[in-house]
Amino acid sequence: MRHLATALAALYAGLLYLFIFLPVVVLVLFSFQDGTLPVPPLNGLTLRWYEAVFSDGKLMAALGNSLAVAVVSSAIACLLGFLAAYAFARYTLPASALLRGLIVAPMTVSTLIIGLGLLSVLNLTGLRLSLVTVGIGHVVINLPLCFAIIYASMGGHQVNIERAARDLGARDWQVMLLVTAPMLLPSILAAFFLSVTFSWDEFIVAFLLSRFDVTLPVEIWSMLRSGLDPRTNAIGSVVFLISVAFLIVMELAVFRKTGKSS
Amino acid sequence: MTATALERAERRKAWVFALPALLWTGFFFLVPFAYMAAISFWTRQGREIVATWTLDNYIAFFKKAHLFKGLVVSLEITAAVTVISVLFAYPLAWIIAERVPKKWQRFALVMAILPFWTSYVVRSYSWLLVLSKGGVVNQALLALGIIAEPLELSANRTGTIIGFVHFFVMLLTLTIYANLIQLSPNYRRAAADLGANAFQTFWHVVLPLTLPGIMVGAFLTFVLCIGDYITPQILGGNNELVLPQVIMLQLGRRADFPMAAALSLVLMVVVTLAYIACARWLKMERT
Repeated sequence: MRHLATALAALYAGLLYLFIFLPVVVLVLFSFQDGTLPVPPLNGLTLRWYEAVFSDGKLMAALGNSLAVAVVSSAIACLLGFLAAYAFARYTLPASALLRGLIVAPMTVSTLIIGLGLLSVLNLTGLRLSLVTVGIGHVVINLPLCFAIIYASMGGHQVNIERAARDLGARDWQVMLLVTAPMLLPSILAAFFLSVTFSWDEFIVAFLLSRFDVTLPVEIWSMLRSGLDPRTNAIGSVVFLISVAFLIVMELAVFRKTGKSS
Repeated sequence: MTATALERAERRKAWVFALPALLWTGFFFLVPFAYMAAISFWTRQGREIVATWTLDNYIAFFKKAHLFKGLVVSLEITAAVTVISVLFAYPLAWIIAERVPKKWQRFALVMAILPFWTSYVVRSYSWLLVLSKGGVVNQALLALGIIAEPLELSANRTGTIIGFVHFFVMLLTLTIYANLIQLSPNYRRAAADLGANAFQTFWHVVLPLTLPGIMVGAFLTFVLCIGDYITPQILGGNNELVLPQVIMLQLGRRADFPMAAALSLVLMVVVTLAYIACARWLKMERT
């Protein structure tokens, strides 16, 4: 009876892992397809689709754009989030709860609505759509997250250290930069890396708010119009690899440092 | 300096720190949102938005079948996806939490959500490789002689649901696992002491205790699923459009911003109602 239960559990887990991994395995496997259709039968293995992808100027430009937008917009979101968290945690502001609610509000609204709203206002101002407008949208999406993470980690126990620094003659910006920020580094880094992954993968805002220069998800999207194509498999596998590598770095850099409590 | 002057200086400093974030959210979120809410009550002439107040867009939503059907299809698909995902994810989370040795649990969990980190667009595309007529599943079943004709697994509702379930099984496995390991083993020991067998312990003790966590995960699934455009667009075909697809359609060919805005607000109202229902249920559960 016990053996039967264990066998059933193993079978179930095996089937679900198969379901979870099936598309990724197929994606990567057929990125090596020696033929123009990334579906069975597998004709043989080749690296030519990777070659095609890496020599594709538009795709590589989109990859660079995605990285730039992700890093810059996440840095801005973290900076604004940190400053606001500092203000709300260390000073008493009027209508504090309401203002904090305003900062986290975009988190509760679908990105389609955020993108549409920004698009209609940008149309009004006549500002051109570009990577900058995409970045603005991504800051809107990520700021609530950064603020919430950093605000939550600003406890009372750091106040005494900050006070000590001030007593020793540190100015406000010195306290913030040399004392508070280093103490909060793990949560700032966590916020930053999370923002980068969200921005890197974000589609709808990037799609609505860009025109000529686009991010990688949007470029891949336009590749899909030509149907099944091993080049899409190749770039998809590259993206997956980058994400996993990034995940490992994040795990080592952030979570190991804060202790293996999780 | 007097105390009040000092206080005023401190407060000014606080505003300087808080203002950038507040202004950013105000300019790039609140203003656009308010403007969008306003134009949902306006009309258009050709490609121009005309600021005359009217309820026409909302009336059209309820009257025109192709618009209203978008919401119905969205709700049907989202409901199916939420239920199926919870039913699939719970046993997996339970097996990882209960049957996998402690030191392997983290690894098992990371593996269970690894494809979560493929790009969103790519993930739907790779399901196309699996489900399309010439795809892996159909080819395998044909080769094994189980079916004579390829199954219609993509370009319809089945494709959309499979693509969604894949994503949300991973998400829910994570949240339900987090819930399960928080349960103190004392509950189970007490149940066992009182003579409950494994099934009774699960049904009367473990499941009720994890229900609030399941509800939160299900709500998250509902919100993310009903607002998504990519998965149905890639896997769903053209016969049945979900609400986000209908919204994007208003923008594309017709450039009908007021209609798109109205439909977006409808979507938001639906999500808000789901939130209220979920919050109320959780409150009831606690008392």
